[in-house]
Amino acid sequence: MIPLLRHIFRTGILTEPVPVSADGPQREIDRLHDEILQILGRALTIREVDAGSCNACELEVHALNNPYYNLEGRGIKFVASPRHADMLLVTGPVTKNMENALRIAYDCTPDPKLVVAAGDCGCNGGVFGQSYASCGAIDNVVGVDLRIPGCPPTPLALMQGILAAVRSRK
Amino acid sequence: MFLCDDSDIEFTLQPGLGAPVWRGRVPGSEALKDFAAAARQVGGRMAAIWGSDERQRGGGFRLHCVFGLDRGHAWVNLELPVDDPVYPDLSAVFPAANRMQRATRDMVGIATEGGDQRPWLRHGGWPADWYPLRHDAVHEVGMGAGFENRPSDYDFVKVGGEGAHEIPVGPIHAGIIEPGHFRFSVVGERVLRLEQRLGYQHKGVEKLFVGADISRGARLVGRVSGDSTCAYAWAYAAAVEAACGVEPPPRALALRALLLERERVANHLGDLGALGNDAAFAFGLTQFFRLKEDWVRLNATLFGHRFMMDCIVPGGVTVDPDATALAAVVEQCSAIEDAVKALRTLYDEHSGLQDRFATTGTIDSNLARELSLTGMAARATGILLDGRAHRQGYTPPPPYAALGVRPVTDERGDVAARVAVRFDEIAESLRLLRMLAVGMAAGDTRIEIAAPAGGGGLGVVEGWRGEVLVGVQFDNGGKLARVHPHDPSWQAWPALEHAVMNDIVPDFPLINKSFNLSYSGVDL
Repeated sequence: MIPLLRHIFRTGILTEPVPVSADGPQREIDRLHDEILQILGRALTIREVDAGSCNACELEVHALNNPYYNLEGRGIKFVASPRHADMLLVTGPVTKNMENALRIAYDCTPDPKLVVAAGDCGCNGGVFGQSYASCGAIDNVVGVDLRIPGCPPTPLALMQGILAAVRSRK
Repeated sequence: MFLCDDSDIEFTLQPGLGAPVWRGRVPGSEALKDFAAAARQVGGRMAAIWGSDERQRGGGFRLHCVFGLDRGHAWVNLELPVDDPVYPDLSAVFPAANRMQRATRDMVGIATEGGDQRPWLRHGGWPADWYPLRHDAVHEVGMGAGFENRPSDYDFVKVGGEGAHEIPVGPIHAGIIEPGHFRFSVVGERVLRLEQRLGYQHKGVEKLFVGADISRGARLVGRVSGDSTCAYAWAYAAAVEAACGVEPPPRALALRALLLERERVANHLGDLGALGNDAAFAFGLTQFFRLKEDWVRLNATLFGHRFMMDCIVPGGVTVDPDATALAAVVEQCSAIEDAVKALRTLYDEHSGLQDRFATTGTIDSNLARELSLTGMAARATGILLDGRAHRQGYTPPPPYAALGVRPVTDERGDVAARVAVRFDEIAESLRLLRMLAVGMAAGDTRIEIAAPAGGGGLGVVEGWRGEVLVGVQFDNGGKLARVHPHDPSWQAWPALEHAVMNDIVPDFPLINKSFNLSYSGVDL
């Protein structure tokens, strides 16, 4: 236990504000955190739904919870059920095989709800487009409030998108 | 004795600098059955199965079977008549063939004689008698987008007996993860049986390759499974280069290996963190995700993309790091190595964590061989199989031949073994990355490629999860006629079904994560 605590202590808190002179992503992250909290004044819960992605978008959504971005540490939490969610964060072109499941998840999310399409595929179908197997963009299946482009979008872009979606509803 | 030399079938070795592939054609169904049985006899694996429609090129349908043998891969073709395109069911010899055969039926409409006829990729999004990869598969709405979607029931195997019941999970899972359906049959907490139903990620990737040019194909193949984008891009590039009869420059090959090893380290770092987390050790997630973030940020700085998408292309690579960039790679290797060493001690000495890892989700090497398992999960049962390393009769493709890769194994076959193999593979990849960066060849990074009229190739790359294969065929106009990307998860998903048997339901997330399989890579 002591080596463990020592390691935690040595690692320190990586999400601390950076010095004023510093620029770059860390500064942007802090600004976004402050803004999100100002607007929300409370917690935001997100249900992530992969409706057909190549899994690269999921890797970046995972990264949002690493200590650099520390989204959960600021009260923005990914939840296991759409019934607990304020926002659906949807990735991928919607495959035909996921169309039904996405509709069910959407219907299960209580109003007022936000839907964010993450990644080029979610925004417009991306490299996969529309076909016998793919419905293309998320808004071909459920209403979308905000689109975050990128292949995949960076964690910073995801944070900015989540913020913009929240702001649009204020 | 090597099967391809010893067989009645005439095999020719594919040209180029990729992994060794022998290509041959069996005269009929009996010969295919015999070859499969002989391959199994000598310890071979079922590496991939797909089909192609050759009617526009004067043939019928063609079955492609790839067997993994001691010296390399045997790519065996069987021609099938247009009016009755059936072939023998190989799943009795190689159980891994089951899902690949069913997917081949769904996509091309060539089926096995007897055996499991349940659909695999088709859930009802398009008609049962419409096969997407047939040339005449047209529909009034572009690419068949206008079909009515009628989700179908699936005939799961029922487990009976007193107290037995089912737990259905998915397609949307509780975490941030790809979709798939798991049907657990349990008594109390104990799992009697798990049956997977996948295909939810099927977005018609193979159809999109048809008629595409080489560069569009490269962009697509890098998005078959995002976590393995470098492995797919390299396998595709190797297949195209074999078809064109060209060899990329040494610097390009060394850079490809550098990118592939960086992809391996990134994924292993993430998995080690997630494995800690699934055993309620959030400390591990935080620590390893910090390291992974450092790692992918350097990717973005040096190669312009956090996951290095579109960096490997047919003919070479699109990146050309200078001495400063290579020095940054070496420097980061040292930093990560020290950090991972410290974390490994903490993992190894944490009794609660080891209690969850040890003897959980066990498969042995016999089962792994039976299921044609490859990659990290196979090595975690003690099987010494790594496409980057020398073995009896096998020379890895450049640049790995000259690097002397030391493959990592662990005999235990449980979650603890898959954790240990990841730790050791990070160390080995860091060693390789230093060698590659320090001894980086000078010269060109890319050669021009002219699309060939006809012909094809098969690329094989040892990705972080296991063996990634990409088969490519060109039409006479230099466009892609057929591309089949094959993920190692095809063979590993059934292994996961076995691994959870007799463990308890709450251990499933941990066991699942210890394999960390791709859904998109198999659903295509």
